[in-house]
Parts: sequence; structure tokens; C-alpha cells
Amino acid sequence: MAAETPAPVSEEPLIQVEKFNYAYGDHQVLFDVDLNMHSKDVMALIGPSGCGKSTLIRSINRINDLVESARVVSGSIKIDGVDLYAPNVDVINLRRNVGMVFQKYNPFPRSIFENAVYGLRVAGIKDRHDLEEAAERSLKSAALWDEVKDRLHEMATGLSGGQQQRLCIARAIALQPRILLMDEPCAALDPIATARIEELILQLRGQYTFVIVTHNMEQAKRIADRTAFFYKGKLIEEDDTMTIFNRPNDPLTESYITGRLA
Amino acid sequence: MNPVPTAENPFAGDNSGIQKRETAARWALRVGSYIVVIITLAIMLHIFIKGAPVTFQSKWPFVNTQFLTELPSQLHVIEDKQGNHYETGVNGADAIKKQLGDNFRSEKTIAYSGGGILGPIVGTALLVIVSVGVALFLGVACAIYLSEYAKHGKFLEMVRLAILNLAGVPSVVFGLFGLGAFVLTAPVFVDVPADRSVFAIPLGFTTLSFEGWDTCVLSGGFTLAFVILPVIITASEQCLQAVPQGFRETSMALGATRWQTIRYSVLPFATPGILTSSILGIARAAGETAPIMFTAALAFKDKLPWQKDLPPLPADASIFAHWEQSVSRFLGIFTESVQALPYHIYTLAAKIPQNEYSERAQYGSVFVFLVLVASLAASSVLLRKRLRAKYRW
Ligand SMILES: Nc1ncnc2c1ncn2[C@@H]1O[C@H](COP(=O)(O)OP(=O)(O)OP(=O)(O)O)[C@@H](O)[C@H]1O
Ligand SMILES: [Mg+2]
Repeated sequence: MAAETPAPVSEEPLIQVEKFNYAYGDHQVLFDVDLNMHSKDVMALIGPSGCGKSTLIRSINRINDLVESARVVSGSIKIDGVDLYAPNVDVINLRRNVGMVFQKYNPFPRSIFENAVYGLRVAGIKDRHDLEEAAERSLKSAALWDEVKDRLHEMATGLSGGQQQRLCIARAIALQPRILLMDEPCAALDPIATARIEELILQLRGQYTFVIVTHNMEQAKRIADRTAFFYKGKLIEEDDTMTIFNRPNDPLTESYITGRLA
Repeated sequence: MNPVPTAENPFAGDNSGIQKRETAARWALRVGSYIVVIITLAIMLHIFIKGAPVTFQSKWPFVNTQFLTELPSQLHVIEDKQGNHYETGVNGADAIKKQLGDNFRSEKTIAYSGGGILGPIVGTALLVIVSVGVALFLGVACAIYLSEYAKHGKFLEMVRLAILNLAGVPSVVFGLFGLGAFVLTAPVFVDVPADRSVFAIPLGFTTLSFEGWDTCVLSGGFTLAFVILPVIITASEQCLQAVPQGFRETSMALGATRWQTIRYSVLPFATPGILTSSILGIARAAGETAPIMFTAALAFKDKLPWQKDLPPLPADASIFAHWEQSVSRFLGIFTESVQALPYHIYTLAAKIPQNEYSERAQYGSVFVFLVLVASLAASSVLLRKRLRAKYRW
């Protein structure tokens, strides 16, 4: 599976996190994080609660800008070599290229169709035909089309939790982003719905670059090409998923994945 | 002797003191609530018993249409020698006196107590429309800014404090403020500024003169808007805050701007609450007397705001001229002074000699007013329910 096809490490990384320090007010939460993520890889971020995984992933599409006290202390995150925090970066454009799926599935209380095309609508696309086509395409790639094609104009909040989360994925990929960030996408789902999301991620592998935060070690093993372990705001180690789980370098990593970390 | 714990009953003990205090506390609270309920019911019942007979009648159409469709007028009460009373308006008095002839004994006139209360109802409706319109626009704009744009800090705290203080300002102060600001100095476009103009800015084709809007619906409506503004701002801000932060993040993560996010993913879901609070604002605005006393309301007026003598148009007047006159007639409604229900009630209760006839008009007006406010409150609850059902998350 994931580990049998080692990612090509030779080419230029798509996302480069360099000496990244990040703080909420005076409270620094990320320390000198250096991490490269390659195009079309699935990268899992693991680590104990509060270690800064969400903060890092939310810095990649700059959605953390919404948090008033949040600020970059130093360092940079680059996509294709462009510093995301440079003044000439248009965050709207950035976010269209870097989709995000949140832990709590949260479709808008609107129709399934309106949810699927939200990103396109705010981008100014009005043509009904284009919107319908895009909705169908993204719902199909999110493996939701067959379940909802007859009820596109019903409320999205009437779907099951797993379906709602797949709708959120469809909504994100409707914009055809290059990168998909997922912050604990299965944390609010039951095992069956979780399995379907994992299946979906494996299906979409190769089309998008995934960065997935997870607390589920087995999930990381099943879906991730590479895994990064964080502890107290620092990147402890990053490697092939199988290497991390079978022969971790750092004793901290080992005690975390074996569940012995206090 | 106090029971003590034993092997058979390890929980034995004397709790009679605790229970007495419990009972006393419960009864004190219960009696307090009962007093509130009883007083409220007594007031309602009193108004219903005295006011309902004025508004309703036993004959078809069961509603006293005269009371609801006529302007207030003088009431003439004529007594004959047998002690029978005849009530009539100004016009009917002479006819009855003639008919009675020698049998006539006395005639009483009671101000404002005849006719109906259409004038005050219309005036209050107009004042409410203007005030709620203005307060919603300003209040929601302010709430959106405070909740969605402003950064947390000293300034925001100060603005919040100011708004809270505004809510504590006595309404008569608003009345005086309205008098100074809207009646006497608000800007208008005129050809020639009046003598009382505070200052005038010539614009070439016209002049912007700060000479006030005079006593009219507009002045009163704006004044009332400031009375209900704190309620609307506070409630709207709460409704905006109640929209899950996740909606904002999701929307922005999908490439929406901040305004698009507010427009599509925050406001629609805050609207039910905002509307509910604004309907409560309507009830408040409709009931205030002091703010409109100096700015919009008259104790008596024998015309509805649209009953104005405009010069008749020539027979061959163009459609445009007709259209222009309709518009000016419509806009003219808002530049007229009016009667208003709360002020009318005050006049009836405090400004004219009291007797059974003035009392009747008074209770009738109070009853109609309460029915209006109660139906507003009921519709606010219904509206909220329906919108809530539509936008659930
Ligand atoms: N909005 C915020 N304001 C202030 N501090 C915050 C904020 N969000 C997170 N933090 C702090 O930043 C640190 C990292 O939080 P973060 O949410 O990134 O951790 P996490 O690894 O995602 O944890 P979890 O696994 O529980 O989701 C924590 O100490 C947290 O208290
Ligand atoms: Mg997190």
C-alpha cells in the first residue's frame, strides 16, 4: 500500500516549511519547524494534543489569519518557492489553490448543490450550466454523487455525518486545488464513515497533495506516504510512514506511537 | 434528643432545621412569583374589561369600526329632562337639540373623546416604520462592524460601553436630543435657506441648509431609532456571534472575501434573531411618549398625514406631472406631524378633565395599543420559528 510506493524525494518539494516560528500573542506554539512536502504525496501530521498540528496546517492556507492574535514570528512557508506570507500574495487566490476540510463536518445550512458550488459562486461563476457540471464532477470525485444526485436541492444538513464530510471534501475540490489540507477529517465520524473517507483519500491520491492531521495511528499507516511527528511545537522527525512506525529514530516518536507518551 | 448514626442506620441525623429553611426559601420565591403574575393579570384584566367593550360590540361586524376608522373629535353629550343621554359628534348636536326642543336640559362637550383613534394609529405606524427602518440599517451595520471587523481591544470595549450607556439614557433626553438635532438642525435641500438655518452650504443648483426637519414623522422616527438602537445593536451582535465560527472559516477557506462571507454565510443565519429583536424594538418604539413629544406628535390633529391640499393639476398635465405629484404626496407623509397612540393616551389621561366618557376613549386606546403590541410580539415568535426551521445547523 502506501509505503510500497516510496515517494520520489529527488524533485523540488511543493511545500517548504522553513525555520517556521508561530505564536498566538506572546504564546509561541511552533518552534523552528522545517518540513518539505512533495507534490502528490499524502503527508500525515501526528503528535499529542496541543503540539501545534492544527496551527501548522492552518498556516498553509493562511486561514489562521482570522485568529486575531496569531502571527508568524519568523521563518516561512513556501509553495513552489513563493513565500505565502509575502506582501504580494493574494490570500483569496492562495485559498482557492489550497483547499481545506475541517474536523467538524460543517456544510452550510443550504442545499447540497449550493454547498458544492459555493467556492465557484464566490469566485464569480454564474453560468448555471458550468455550476451544474462542476457540482457533478466534484460530487463524483468525492464518491457522493450516486447518493445525492436525486436530492441535490435538499438541505445538506439532512445528510448523514459521513456524507456531510464527503460533501465538504467535494466542496473543497470543486475549486480544483492543488493541495488539500485535512484537519482530523474523521474525528467526528464512526468507523464505517471513516473507512469511506480513507477509501476516498486513497482514490484521490495522485491528483492532489494531501496534508492530513490525525490522531489515529492506524489511519496514518493506511493512507500516508510520509508521516511527521510533532511534540510541543517542534518537529521531532519526518520520514516514510513505514519507517516512522517500524523503525523510528527518536525515542519520543517510539513512545508516542506505542502509546506510552504521557 | 438528636438521633445519632447507628449500625442499623448510619445516615440517621436531625435535618428538620435545614428542611424548614428550604421550605421557607421555596415559599418566599413562590410568593414573589405569584405577586408578579397576579399584578400582571390584574392590569391586563382591568384593561380588557374596560377597553374591550369600546373596541368590540355585540352586533355585526362585532368590531367598533367607528373607533378604528375615524379621527378623534369632540364628543357632545346632550341630556334631556328625563335624564336620558345622547352622544354625538359636533355635527349631530344641533339636530338632536332641535328634536328635543323644550325637553333639552344640558349639553356637555368632552375634548378628543369622540370619533375614533385612526389618527393616532396611523401616526404610530408611520413612526414605527421610519424608526425601525433607520435603527435596523444603522444597528445592523454597527453590529456587523463590531462583530466581524473590529479588532478586540480598548476601543471596542469603549464602544460597547457607550452603547450600553445609551440604553440607560432616559427617553425624555432622547426627545430633547431629537428636538435639537432633527427638528432644529438636520440638513435639508432648499432653494433659499430659512432665517433659523444654523449654516448653509450653497451647492449651485440648490442649498444644503442645516435648518431642521421641523416637527414631523421623520424627526420623530429618527429620534425613536436612537432609543431602540442599543437594543438592536446588542441583539444583532449576539445573533452574529451565535453563527458558528466554522461557517466563517469554511467560507474564507473556499476563497470568499470577508464581505462575501458575511453576506452569504453569516448574515442569513443571523437574520431570524435580528428580525425577532427588531420586532421587540417595534413594540418599544411604538410605546415611547417622551421622544416624540417634541419631535413628531401633536395632541390633536384633524387630518391624516396624506390629506393635504396640493394644487390640482391642469387637465392636460403629463403623466410625469401626475407621477411627480404622487411621489411628493407620498414623501409628504413623512414630513407631516402626526398623532400617536401613547401620546394620545397621555392626553386623554392627563390633559383633559376626567369623566366616564374620556375614560372610555382612554381605555379603548390602551386596549387597541396592547392588542397591537401583543400581535407584534406573537408574530415575532412565529417568524423566528419559521426562519429557525429553515436555517438550522
Ligand atoms: N486561537 C488560539 N488562540 C490562542 N492560542 C491558541 C489558539 N489555537 C491554539 N492555541 C494554542 O496553540 C497550541 C497549539 O494548538 P493546536 O490547535 O495547533 O494543537 P493541535 O496539535 O492541533 O492539538 P489537537 O490535537 O488537540 O487538535 C496550543 O497550546 C493551543 O492552546
Ligand atoms: Mg488540532
